[in-house]
Amino acid sequence: MTTTTVPTTAALSLADDALVLSHRLGEWIGHAPVLEEEVALANIALDLLGQARFLYSMVGDEDELAYRREERAFLNVQLVEQTNGDFAATIARQLYFSCYQGLLYGELAAADGELAALAARAVKEVAYHQDHAVQWTLRLGDGTPESRTRMQDALNALWRYTGELFTPVEGLPVDPAALRDRWLDVVGGVIRQATLTMPDGPDHTPWAAGAGRQGIHTEPFGRMLAEMQHLHRAHPGASW
Amino acid sequence: MTTAPAAGAANETAPAELVAEFDAVVAADGRIEPRDWMPDAYRATLIRQIAQHAHSEIIGMQPEANWITRAPSLRRKAILIAKVQDEAGHGLYLYGAAETLGVSRAELLDKLHSGRQRYSSIFNYPTLTWADVGAIGWLVDGAAITNQVPLCRCSYGPYARAMVRVCKEESFHQRQGYELLYTLSHGTEEQHAMAQDAVNRWWWPSLMMFGPPDDESAHSAQSMAWRIKRHSNDELRQRFVDICVPQAEALGLTLPDPDLRWNEERGRWDFGEIDWEEFQQVLRGNGPCNEQRLTQRRTAHEDGAWVREAAAAYAAKHQTDTGREATAV
Repeated sequence: MTTTTVPTTAALSLADDALVLSHRLGEWIGHAPVLEEEVALANIALDLLGQARFLYSMVGDEDELAYRREERAFLNVQLVEQTNGDFAATIARQLYFSCYQGLLYGELAAADGELAALAARAVKEVAYHQDHAVQWTLRLGDGTPESRTRMQDALNALWRYTGELFTPVEGLPVDPAALRDRWLDVVGGVIRQATLTMPDGPDHTPWAAGAGRQGIHTEPFGRMLAEMQHLHRAHPGASW
Repeated sequence: MTTAPAAGAANETAPAELVAEFDAVVAADGRIEPRDWMPDAYRATLIRQIAQHAHSEIIGMQPEANWITRAPSLRRKAILIAKVQDEAGHGLYLYGAAETLGVSRAELLDKLHSGRQRYSSIFNYPTLTWADVGAIGWLVDGAAITNQVPLCRCSYGPYARAMVRVCKEESFHQRQGYELLYTLSHGTEEQHAMAQDAVNRWWWPSLMMFGPPDDESAHSAQSMAWRIKRHSNDELRQRFVDICVPQAEALGLTLPDPDLRWNEERGRWDFGEIDWEEFQQVLRGNGPCNEQRLTQRRTAHEDGAWVREAAAAYAAKHQTDTGREATAV
């Protein structure tokens, strides 16, 4: 075993992904279509928040990092900051992201280094998240004509944010680009099983989004942070 | 054990031996189970009470979920999400318990949405600051526990067992709420003031959670005879006050009641008169958040209709597939 210094950019990128998606899922609580989904979405939000806290603690003070950085300092992919939309949009976002996270954490758990411990713990949670997203994609895709339309629309609308998942992250011992083919296989398989159509690849869309890892975000993100951070920022130095 | 009559059998023609057996089980502090014979009115009372309890868990998610996106630290945010998740879980146990009495969750939700069944009056008050999350944990969950612990011994088995699970989690929430308030009250001046303000706003509504005074409580006598209820509203309210006064002192906060004083003779705390007019107004739908709470609940349900329909359609399609496969094998 080699002791390395914590890869700050990598840890923050993964932590910010988890924190931001957790926050978005938290917005669902009290608004879900059935009680079982109140439980499931809250559960996934909690798992992600736990991952974020673990990763932040490797870098510094978790609250300092979550509550006192501004929008340009956050390194999460743009996919996770997208607003919830309808249930299909939330499920499409979950499908894309959990499949990515599952592959990435699988590789990280097998690799050496500081992030392996987190990844080993998180892969089990992510397997559950992925299963949840897959099952709902099937139900919505192969459910009613309305749910099918909504699911297809959601997959199409979020597709442009998937390219960014495979951009390199400084200090990450895994090259995300290497995950892309497997991700396409997994996600494509689910989409076909759900009787839906693969959206056009990111290379074919007029504009593929993706600069979250450089701190360039979409407009709704600043508003999300304003809500998340306002109370903490209003009481500098206070403990909670 | 008794043999259950066919569902819907006319209760008034029940053989005397069934009635006697029911009475004997209740008198011996035994448990009535779903397949046992029970009086229609007992069944109806339980459905009403368990449903109202389940609805309270579901509506009760709203005032707290209101702060999830604004929780001031990641630790508090995690605690709050876990708590609201538990409440959804409690709603599920309780709807499950109600369903053993022959109603469906869908039916009960419909009654909630149309205002034909109630939920606890307390959730019609707004959460205006972060400290309200602590006040709800300490006072509202505290009052709920005082009410619910005796229900762990209630005569209807499924309800009693649900309460055992619910009470364990509620006690945990209550301690977390207390700890949240303690941190605020021992924090900065602003935090202390925030904590005191929350307690000022939540104290009286919490006392109202025990229901009307004993001489005005419509269902009390029958519920006590059936051992659904174990103690009167006023007795439980008194117990709650006696528990809270020293806790408030430990918190370094005051309770907003000038008439609160120790009564040496009774060995209990005397407290001021509750504003029953306010209580009645809230019950009638005129509290600060009644409209908002029901609207959010209805909207979530209506917005989710297409999702539930999709799940049902998928299940129907794939049940047929499985059936076909099974036949083929």
